[in-house]
Amino acid sequence: MRGALVIFRKDLSIEWRTREGVSSVLVLGLLLLVVLTVAHDAPPEAAPALAPSFLWATFLFTGLLGVQRGFLLERENDCLAGLLVSPIDPAAIYVGKLAANVALLAVMQLFVVPLVGLFLHLDLMPVLPALLVVLALGNFGFAALATLFAAISVRVRAREVMLPLLLLPLLVPLLIGTVSATRSVLAGGLALATDAVTVLVAFDVIFAVAGWLLFAYVVRD
Amino acid sequence: MRRLLPVVTCAAMLAALYLVFMVVPTEQQMGIVQRIFYFHVSSAWMAFIGFFLVAGASAVYLWNGSRAADRLAEAAAEVGVLFCSLVLVTGPIWARPIWGVWWTWDPRLTMTVILWAIYVSYLMLRAFGGADEAVNRYAAVLGIIGVLDIPIIMVSVRLLRGMHPAVITRNEGGSGLVDPWMRLALLVSAVALILLGSWLMQLRARMGRLGEELAALRRQEEARHGEVA
Repeated sequence: MRGALVIFRKDLSIEWRTREGVSSVLVLGLLLLVVLTVAHDAPPEAAPALAPSFLWATFLFTGLLGVQRGFLLERENDCLAGLLVSPIDPAAIYVGKLAANVALLAVMQLFVVPLVGLFLHLDLMPVLPALLVVLALGNFGFAALATLFAAISVRVRAREVMLPLLLLPLLVPLLIGTVSATRSVLAGGLALATDAVTVLVAFDVIFAVAGWLLFAYVVRD
Repeated sequence: MRRLLPVVTCAAMLAALYLVFMVVPTEQQMGIVQRIFYFHVSSAWMAFIGFFLVAGASAVYLWNGSRAADRLAEAAAEVGVLFCSLVLVTGPIWARPIWGVWWTWDPRLTMTVILWAIYVSYLMLRAFGGADEAVNRYAAVLGIIGVLDIPIIMVSVRLLRGMHPAVITRNEGGSGLVDPWMRLALLVSAVALILLGSWLMQLRARMGRLGEELAALRRQEEARHGEVA
């Protein structure tokens, strides 16, 4: 547990000193949203219906890059090897990395979600508490799988294309769940989204446990 | 066993073809195209068997590092993708005259195409990941994660709108397979395709073993040449 905390603080302080990851991810999120909205060119009254899919498509592609970056940093100067010889359990490394990724993605969400509201003419304030639940569930589930596969993708050949290739098909159920839950939240509240929230909770629990157990097999040499 | 499997597979395949084209009556509402159903559904079963074998063999490989388990996982993934592709090809051939479209984002179709994509990405990881031994381990992790995803996919696709319950249930047992010959034809087709899949997996795993032996011999030979020089 302490090991995980050390990793978490290490990743966040690296990020805090350069702010490179956050800023590039934020700008990319903005650009993706602009591209999606401009490409769709929906009439104002049809725009709110697009919000869930735009929000989560942007989250998915931006998050992929953000998470991959965290592991590319470890490749420089062979930091990963140093990390592995340190007296920290691989499972704790996974938990620390996962927590750092969740934090990074949460910052990105805090930025992207108001933009979705702005671009697509939605008043998000009344549904904010329910929306935050869905955002947190989606964030955690994404990070649970992405942390595991980012560790894989930075260590194979063809690594730039490998992470989206491996992750996107696995993430489709998460995408379906988050989009469906967000749509229900915007239409009324979490009560309408029970099925979708169940899917998200199951996804989060299953892949957090699987990642925690399998991470050791990925990083050992 | 190795000699027997091809013979049994051929016999079962001929029996399945005979039942499907000669014995089974033509379905009244859908007509002749319904006959593709026997191989369509059997292929789906074989694909699922392949995908679950990938996960099982991957777990064994991570557990004890058995080369045979790793080769079986690779063979099962290839055969699973092959049969999943057959499902995705035979499905639209049936859907076009019956539904009027080649493809629709119905839950079951969505699930099949996601599964197909997961295991294609598994094969790509093996093909383009590099020659490093560690890639086999990464593939094993993906093989296990992939099978864990299957139940979540199954539940999540039900959240999709635009379901076609009436059309889907017609495709199910019960209402669709009134004639006992139809049920027998499905059973024999399933056995035939599962035998075919097993045979292909056995061949593929053997190919993998021979490839590894060849690579080992090459390394030996190179090392000897190195000593002489």
